[in-house]
Amino acid sequence: MWSWVGHRITGVVIFFFLLVHVLDTSLVRVSPEAYTAVIGAYKNPVMGLGEAGLVAAIVFHAFNGLRIVAIDFWKKGNKYQARLLWSVLILWVVVMVPFLIRHLSIVFGGH
Amino acid sequence: MATPTIDAPRSGKIDVKYNRRRGGKGNFEMVAWLFMRLSGVVLVVLIFGHLFVNLMVGDGIHAIDFGFVAGKWASPFWQIWDLLMLWLAMLHGTNGVRTIINDYAERNATRMTLKTVLYIATVVIIVLGTLVIFTFDPCPAGAVTDLPSFCTAK
Repeated sequence: MWSWVGHRITGVVIFFFLLVHVLDTSLVRVSPEAYTAVIGAYKNPVMGLGEAGLVAAIVFHAFNGLRIVAIDFWKKGNKYQARLLWSVLILWVVVMVPFLIRHLSIVFGGH
Repeated sequence: MATPTIDAPRSGKIDVKYNRRRGGKGNFEMVAWLFMRLSGVVLVVLIFGHLFVNLMVGDGIHAIDFGFVAGKWASPFWQIWDLLMLWLAMLHGTNGVRTIINDYAERNATRMTLKTVLYIATVVIIVLGTLVIFTFDPCPAGAVTDLPSFCTAK
């Protein structure tokens, strides 16, 4: 049940970011200055933490989505759904740790 | 500590026998269900690749400016990558939000209004994004800053 709640919440969060992200990228059609100025906002530390949260949501949604596919299409998926959820959480940590080290050192590192 | 439980949307409010509609709707819901799974698998690859190339390689997010985007879209590979990502992610997300609206907005008028807003937003974003990818000019006339290096060769 909680994976279902988590999947919905992360899905909605990612969708709203996607709407904004297409709009900000569209500024490349306005002018290089406009795009570079707005994208600059993504580089400050507060936004950096927001991006970390966004990627955390995406990685969970991705792995849990693959778990849903496994449950729906794999004969033994239903039987192993709980174990698959643990795999999702473990994989999430395995991906997030190196991502956070790299991304946060870029965001907070002197540039 | 007792774990709280969250009931399935609308459970207990509508008799189960009224939940299943017979005929008339075709197999749209089944196609939508299948689309979520197929597009989901493709999106995992597209978005993980997108995040890796844009955030992990080189200077990460600090490298992103007009020149970075121009450099990527100079190649049809990234144009198609981003176009696929745009369409699949928008349709996948729209169908997900549609499901959530259907689950929680119980008044007919509320549901229709929310879905109308959703579909308008979807069409606007998909059309806008597609136009941007295909009408993009990496070396716009009159621009001076943040241009990709290959513009100077003109």
